[in-house]
Amino acid sequence: MKKNWPLWEVFVRSKNGLEHRHFGSLHAADAEMALENARDVYTRRNEGVSIWVVESKHITASNPENNGELFEPAQDKVYRHPTFYNLPDEVKHM
Amino acid sequence: MENKNLYNYILGVADNSLILGQRLGELCGHGPSLETDIAGTNISLDLIGQTRSYYQYAARLMNDGRTEDDIAFLRLEREYKNVLLVEQPNTHFGYVMGRQYLFDVFHLMFLKELQGSKDDTLAAIATKGIKEVSYHKRFSGDWIKRLGDGTTESHQKMQEAIDDLWTYTDELFDMSDADKMLVSEGIGVDVSKLKKDYYREVSELLEEATLQVPDSTYFTRGGKKGIHSEHMGYLLADLQYMQRTYPNMEW
Repeated sequence: MKKNWPLWEVFVRSKNGLEHRHFGSLHAADAEMALENARDVYTRRNEGVSIWVVESKHITASNPENNGELFEPAQDKVYRHPTFYNLPDEVKHM
Repeated sequence: MENKNLYNYILGVADNSLILGQRLGELCGHGPSLETDIAGTNISLDLIGQTRSYYQYAARLMNDGRTEDDIAFLRLEREYKNVLLVEQPNTHFGYVMGRQYLFDVFHLMFLKELQGSKDDTLAAIATKGIKEVSYHKRFSGDWIKRLGDGTTESHQKMQEAIDDLWTYTDELFDMSDADKMLVSEGIGVDVSKLKKDYYREVSELLEEATLQVPDSTYFTRGGKKGIHSEHMGYLLADLQYMQRTYPNMEW
Protein backbone atom coordinates (compact mmCIF):
# COMPACT_ATOMS: atom_id res chain seq x y z
CA MET A 1 0.00 0.00 0.00
CA LYS A 2 2.42 2.62 -1.19
CA LYS A 3 -0.36 5.16 -1.53
CA ASN A 4 -1.01 5.23 2.21
CA TRP A 5 0.06 8.25 4.18
CA PRO A 6 2.98 7.57 6.50
CA LEU A 7 2.32 6.21 9.97
CA TRP A 8 2.68 8.41 13.04
CA GLU A 9 2.85 7.52 16.72
CA VAL A 10 0.74 9.62 19.06
CA PHE A 11 1.65 10.57 22.62
CA VAL A 12 -0.89 12.35 24.79
CA ARG A 13 -0.49 14.00 28.16
CA SER A 14 -3.74 13.54 30.04
CA LYS A 15 -3.14 16.15 32.72
CA ASN A 16 -0.66 18.87 33.48
CA GLY A 17 2.13 17.36 35.56
CA LEU A 18 1.79 13.88 34.09
CA GLU A 19 4.03 12.57 31.35
CA HIS A 20 3.03 11.98 27.71
CA ARG A 21 1.95 8.39 27.19
CA HIS A 22 1.77 6.43 23.97
CA PHE A 23 -1.86 6.37 22.85
CA GLY A 24 -1.68 4.70 19.47
CA SER A 25 -0.87 5.44 15.88
CA LEU A 26 -2.51 6.96 12.81
CA HIS A 27 -1.90 7.93 9.21
CA ALA A 28 -1.22 11.50 8.09
CA ALA A 29 0.51 13.28 5.23
CA ASP A 30 2.61 15.53 7.46
CA ALA A 31 3.15 16.61 11.06
CA GLU A 32 0.43 19.24 11.04
CA MET A 33 -2.16 16.80 9.76
CA ALA A 34 -0.93 14.20 12.24
CA LEU A 35 -1.63 16.63 15.11
CA GLU A 36 -5.13 17.41 13.84
CA ASN A 37 -5.89 13.74 13.28
CA ALA A 38 -4.57 12.87 16.72
CA ARG A 39 -6.80 15.54 18.22
CA ASP A 40 -9.81 14.04 16.49
CA VAL A 41 -9.02 10.37 16.98
CA TYR A 42 -7.53 10.31 20.48
CA THR A 43 -8.72 13.35 22.46
CA ARG A 44 -12.38 13.71 21.57
CA ARG A 45 -13.45 12.33 24.94
CA ASN A 46 -11.45 14.88 26.84
CA GLU A 47 -8.39 12.67 27.24
CA GLY A 48 -5.68 15.23 26.84
CA VAL A 49 -4.07 18.62 27.34
CA SER A 50 -1.07 18.11 25.06
CA ILE A 51 -0.18 15.97 22.05
CA TRP A 52 3.13 14.84 20.60
CA VAL A 53 3.37 13.10 17.25
CA VAL A 54 6.42 11.47 15.75
CA GLU A 55 6.67 9.63 12.48
CA SER A 56 6.91 5.93 13.25
CA LYS A 57 9.98 5.44 11.09
CA HIS A 58 11.98 7.64 13.45
CA ILE A 59 11.49 5.21 16.31
CA THR A 60 14.19 2.62 16.75
CA ALA A 61 12.74 -0.48 18.37
CA SER A 62 14.43 -3.40 20.07
CA ASN A 63 14.23 -6.66 18.21
CA PRO A 64 11.94 -9.23 19.91
CA GLU A 65 14.40 -11.93 18.85
CA ASN A 66 16.94 -10.40 21.20
CA ASN A 67 14.60 -10.44 24.18
CA GLY A 68 16.58 -13.26 25.75
CA GLU A 69 19.86 -11.43 25.98
CA LEU A 70 18.28 -8.04 26.60
CA PHE A 71 15.74 -8.75 29.30
CA GLU A 72 16.09 -12.21 30.81
CA PRO A 73 19.30 -11.54 32.74
CA ALA A 74 17.34 -9.04 34.82
CA GLN A 75 14.75 -11.59 35.87
CA ASP A 76 16.80 -13.31 38.58
CA LYS A 77 18.32 -10.19 40.09
CA VAL A 78 15.77 -9.43 42.74
CA TYR A 79 18.34 -7.45 44.70
CA ARG A 80 17.96 -4.67 42.13
CA HIS A 81 14.50 -3.99 43.48
CA PRO A 82 14.37 -1.92 46.64
CA THR A 83 12.35 -4.60 48.44
CA PHE A 84 14.78 -5.37 51.25
CA TYR A 85 14.12 -2.34 53.39
CA ASN A 86 11.83 -2.33 56.40
CA LEU A 87 9.56 0.61 55.86
CA PRO A 88 8.34 2.48 58.92
CA ASP A 89 4.52 2.40 59.24
CA GLU A 90 4.35 6.17 58.89
CA VAL A 91 5.56 5.99 55.29
CA LYS A 92 2.56 5.43 53.11
CA HIS A 93 2.03 4.87 49.39
CA MET A 94 5.33 3.13 48.70
CA MET B 1 -45.70 37.98 19.87
CA GLU B 2 -42.23 39.04 20.85
CA ASN B 3 -41.30 35.46 21.64
CA LYS B 4 -42.52 34.36 18.25
CA ASN B 5 -40.04 36.70 16.54
CA LEU B 6 -37.20 35.49 18.66
CA TYR B 7 -38.30 31.92 17.99
CA ASN B 8 -38.15 32.48 14.24
CA TYR B 9 -34.80 34.17 14.56
CA ILE B 10 -33.31 31.26 16.53
CA LEU B 11 -34.56 28.75 13.98
CA GLY B 12 -32.99 30.77 11.19
CA VAL B 13 -29.67 30.50 12.98
CA ALA B 14 -29.94 26.92 14.19
CA ASP B 15 -31.27 25.31 11.01
CA ASN B 16 -27.91 25.97 9.33
CA SER B 17 -26.15 23.90 11.98
CA LEU B 18 -28.76 21.15 11.90
CA ILE B 19 -28.69 20.66 8.15
CA LEU B 20 -24.91 20.89 7.83
CA GLY B 21 -24.57 18.51 10.78
CA GLN B 22 -26.93 16.09 9.06
CA ARG B 23 -24.98 16.33 5.80
CA LEU B 24 -21.71 15.54 7.57
CA GLY B 25 -23.42 12.80 9.56
CA GLU B 26 -24.30 11.05 6.31
CA LEU B 27 -20.56 10.53 5.83
CA CYS B 28 -20.09 8.73 9.15
CA GLY B 29 -18.31 5.50 8.24
CA HIS B 30 -17.73 6.68 4.65
CA GLY B 31 -14.83 9.10 5.08
CA PRO B 32 -11.78 8.72 2.85
CA SER B 33 -9.71 7.50 5.81
CA LEU B 34 -10.40 6.55 9.41
CA GLU B 35 -8.89 9.82 10.61
CA THR B 36 -10.87 12.15 8.32
CA ASP B 37 -14.00 10.10 8.96
CA ILE B 38 -13.78 10.70 12.70
CA ALA B 39 -12.91 14.36 12.13
CA GLY B 40 -16.01 14.90 9.98
CA THR B 41 -18.23 13.13 12.45
CA ASN B 42 -16.79 15.19 15.31
CA ILE B 43 -17.67 18.37 13.44
CA SER B 44 -21.14 17.02 12.77
CA LEU B 45 -21.65 16.31 16.46
CA ASP B 46 -20.42 19.79 17.41
CA LEU B 47 -22.98 21.31 15.06
CA ILE B 48 -25.83 19.11 16.26
CA GLY B 49 -24.89 19.92 19.85
CA GLN B 50 -25.14 23.63 19.06
CA THR B 51 -28.45 23.02 17.33
CA ARG B 52 -29.84 21.34 20.43
CA SER B 53 -28.97 24.33 22.61
CA TYR B 54 -30.77 26.64 20.19
CA TYR B 55 -33.84 24.42 19.78
CA GLN B 56 -34.16 23.78 23.51
CA TYR B 57 -34.18 27.52 24.04
CA ALA B 58 -36.69 28.01 21.21
CA ALA B 59 -38.98 25.32 22.64
CA ARG B 60 -38.82 26.96 26.07
CA LEU B 61 -39.78 30.32 24.55
CA MET B 62 -42.90 28.93 22.90
CA ASN B 63 -43.91 27.18 26.11
CA ASP B 64 -46.65 25.15 24.40
CA GLY B 65 -45.37 21.64 25.00
CA ARG B 66 -43.25 21.38 21.89
CA THR B 67 -39.79 19.91 22.33
CA GLU B 68 -36.42 20.24 20.60
CA ASP B 69 -37.25 17.02 18.73
CA ASP B 70 -40.50 18.43 17.39
CA ILE B 71 -38.60 21.41 16.03
CA ALA B 72 -35.83 19.29 14.51
CA PHE B 73 -37.91 16.49 13.03
CA LEU B 74 -41.48 17.51 12.47
CA ARG B 75 -41.42 20.59 10.30
CA LEU B 76 -42.16 20.71 6.59
CA GLU B 77 -39.49 21.61 4.07
CA ARG B 78 -40.68 25.20 3.67
CA GLU B 79 -40.42 25.71 7.41
CA TYR B 80 -36.65 25.11 7.50
CA LYS B 81 -34.78 28.39 7.09
CA ASN B 82 -31.22 27.22 6.47
CA VAL B 83 -29.17 28.73 3.66
CA LEU B 84 -28.85 26.72 0.43
CA LEU B 85 -25.10 26.29 0.95
CA VAL B 86 -25.39 23.83 3.85
CA GLU B 87 -27.86 21.48 2.16
CA GLN B 88 -25.65 20.87 -0.88
CA PRO B 89 -24.75 17.19 -1.29
CA ASN B 90 -21.51 15.40 -0.39
CA THR B 91 -20.36 15.29 -4.01
CA HIS B 92 -16.75 14.47 -3.11
CA PHE B 93 -14.35 15.18 -0.29
CA GLY B 94 -13.12 18.46 -1.79
CA TYR B 95 -16.72 19.53 -2.13
CA VAL B 96 -17.43 18.65 1.49
CA MET B 97 -14.41 20.65 2.68
CA GLY B 98 -15.30 23.56 0.39
CA ARG B 99 -18.86 23.69 1.68
CA GLN B 100 -17.56 23.42 5.22
CA TYR B 101 -15.00 26.20 4.86
CA LEU B 102 -17.37 28.59 3.10
CA PHE B 103 -19.77 28.12 5.99
CA ASP B 104 -17.16 28.04 8.78
CA VAL B 105 -15.74 31.46 7.94
CA PHE B 106 -19.24 32.94 8.11
CA HIS B 107 -20.18 30.89 11.16
CA LEU B 108 -17.21 32.06 13.22
CA MET B 109 -17.76 35.72 12.33
CA PHE B 110 -21.43 35.30 13.15
CA LEU B 111 -20.84 33.72 16.57
CA LYS B 112 -18.31 36.40 17.51
CA GLU B 113 -21.01 39.01 16.89
CA LEU B 114 -23.71 36.96 18.61
CA GLN B 115 -21.57 36.91 21.73
CA GLY B 116 -22.49 40.56 22.16
CA SER B 117 -26.22 39.86 21.96
CA LYS B 118 -28.49 41.39 24.58
CA ASP B 119 -30.03 37.93 24.90
CA ASP B 120 -27.92 36.14 27.53
CA THR B 121 -28.81 32.65 26.36
CA LEU B 122 -27.84 33.31 22.76
CA ALA B 123 -24.63 35.02 23.89
CA ALA B 124 -23.75 31.98 26.01
CA ILE B 125 -24.44 29.52 23.18
CA ALA B 126 -22.22 31.65 20.92
CA THR B 127 -19.37 31.73 23.41
CA LYS B 128 -19.41 27.96 23.72
CA GLY B 129 -19.60 27.48 19.96
CA ILE B 130 -16.69 29.77 19.08
CA LYS B 131 -14.02 27.29 20.18
CA GLU B 132 -15.64 24.47 18.25
CA VAL B 133 -16.12 26.48 15.10
CA SER B 134 -12.57 27.87 15.24
CA TYR B 135 -11.37 24.31 14.92
CA HIS B 136 -13.84 23.52 12.13
CA LYS B 137 -12.45 26.42 10.13
CA ARG B 138 -8.88 25.42 10.79
CA PHE B 139 -9.62 21.86 9.65
CA SER B 140 -11.55 22.73 6.50
CA GLY B 141 -9.19 25.58 5.58
CA ASP B 142 -6.16 23.30 5.90
CA TRP B 143 -7.79 20.79 3.59
CA ILE B 144 -8.56 23.40 0.97
CA LYS B 145 -4.90 24.41 1.00
CA ARG B 146 -3.77 20.79 0.75
CA LEU B 147 -6.09 19.93 -2.09
CA GLY B 148 -5.75 23.23 -3.94
CA ASP B 149 -1.97 23.14 -3.70
CA GLY B 150 -1.78 19.36 -4.09
CA THR B 151 -1.81 17.27 -7.26
CA THR B 152 -3.18 18.40 -10.62
CA GLU B 153 -6.30 16.32 -10.02
CA SER B 154 -6.91 17.53 -6.47
CA HIS B 155 -6.39 21.13 -7.59
CA GLN B 156 -8.90 20.75 -10.39
CA LYS B 157 -11.52 19.08 -8.18
CA MET B 158 -11.09 21.68 -5.44
CA GLN B 159 -11.44 24.49 -7.97
CA GLU B 160 -14.63 22.94 -9.38
CA ALA B 161 -16.08 22.60 -5.91
CA ILE B 162 -15.37 26.24 -5.05
CA ASP B 163 -16.76 27.40 -8.41
CA ASP B 164 -19.95 25.36 -7.84
CA LEU B 165 -20.45 26.43 -4.25
CA TRP B 166 -19.64 30.10 -4.78
CA THR B 167 -23.16 30.82 -6.01
CA TYR B 168 -24.56 30.00 -2.56
CA THR B 169 -22.30 32.33 -0.59
CA ASP B 170 -24.09 35.63 -1.05
CA GLU B 171 -27.25 34.35 0.62
CA LEU B 172 -25.38 34.12 3.91
CA PHE B 173 -25.63 37.93 4.13
CA ASP B 174 -29.33 38.30 3.33
CA MET B 175 -31.44 39.72 6.12
CA SER B 176 -34.73 37.98 6.80
CA ASP B 177 -37.61 39.86 8.44
CA ALA B 178 -36.80 38.15 11.71
CA ASP B 179 -33.14 39.20 11.30
CA LYS B 180 -34.04 42.87 10.81
CA MET B 181 -36.42 42.90 13.75
CA LEU B 182 -33.99 41.27 16.15
CA VAL B 183 -31.05 43.39 15.03
CA SER B 184 -33.02 46.51 15.89
CA GLU B 185 -33.56 45.09 19.39
CA GLY B 186 -29.84 44.44 19.89
CA ILE B 187 -30.36 40.68 19.99
CA GLY B 188 -29.66 39.58 16.45
CA VAL B 189 -26.56 39.92 14.28
CA ASP B 190 -26.48 42.26 11.31
CA VAL B 191 -25.08 39.69 8.87
CA SER B 192 -24.99 42.17 5.98
CA LYS B 193 -22.06 43.85 7.75
CA LEU B 194 -19.99 40.66 7.70
CA LYS B 195 -19.91 40.39 3.95
CA LYS B 196 -16.78 42.40 3.17
CA ASP B 197 -14.60 40.68 5.76
CA TYR B 198 -15.96 37.32 4.70
CA TYR B 199 -14.97 37.64 1.06
CA ARG B 200 -11.62 39.11 1.99
CA GLU B 201 -10.77 36.20 4.29
CA VAL B 202 -12.02 33.53 1.89
CA SER B 203 -10.16 35.08 -1.04
CA GLU B 204 -6.91 35.17 0.91
CA LEU B 205 -7.15 31.48 1.71
CA LEU B 206 -8.08 30.52 -1.84
CA GLU B 207 -5.09 32.42 -3.15
CA GLU B 208 -2.86 30.69 -0.64
CA ALA B 209 -4.31 27.41 -1.91
CA THR B 210 -3.35 28.48 -5.48
CA LEU B 211 -7.05 28.53 -6.40
CA GLN B 212 -8.88 31.13 -8.45
CA VAL B 213 -11.35 33.30 -6.60
CA PRO B 214 -14.53 32.98 -8.69
CA ASP B 215 -15.54 36.25 -10.29
CA SER B 216 -19.13 35.20 -10.95
CA THR B 217 -21.71 37.69 -9.79
CA TYR B 218 -24.65 35.33 -10.20
CA PHE B 219 -25.86 34.14 -6.84
CA THR B 220 -28.58 31.64 -5.90
CA ARG B 221 -30.70 32.25 -2.84
CA GLY B 222 -33.94 31.07 -1.26
CA GLY B 223 -33.18 28.82 1.70
CA LYS B 224 -33.63 31.61 4.21
CA LYS B 225 -37.16 32.04 2.91
CA GLY B 226 -37.80 28.30 3.00
CA ILE B 227 -37.37 27.80 -0.74
CA HIS B 228 -34.82 25.02 -0.98
CA SER B 229 -32.86 23.20 -3.66
CA GLU B 230 -33.92 19.79 -4.95
CA HIS B 231 -31.55 18.10 -2.50
CA MET B 232 -33.40 19.23 0.60
CA GLY B 233 -36.34 16.83 0.35
CA TYR B 234 -34.07 13.78 0.30
CA LEU B 235 -32.08 15.11 3.20
CA LEU B 236 -35.22 15.68 5.26
CA ALA B 237 -36.58 12.24 4.36
CA ASP B 238 -33.47 10.73 5.94
CA LEU B 239 -33.52 13.09 8.89
CA GLN B 240 -37.20 12.72 9.69
CA TYR B 241 -37.84 9.07 8.84
CA MET B 242 -37.65 7.63 12.34
CA GLN B 243 -39.81 10.28 14.02
CA ARG B 244 -42.39 10.14 11.24
CA THR B 245 -42.57 6.34 11.22
CA TYR B 246 -42.45 5.83 14.99
CA PRO B 247 -43.87 9.07 16.43
CA ASN B 248 -42.37 10.07 19.79
CA MET B 249 -39.81 7.29 19.70
CA GLU B 250 -36.86 7.70 22.02
CA TRP B 251 -33.42 6.14 22.13
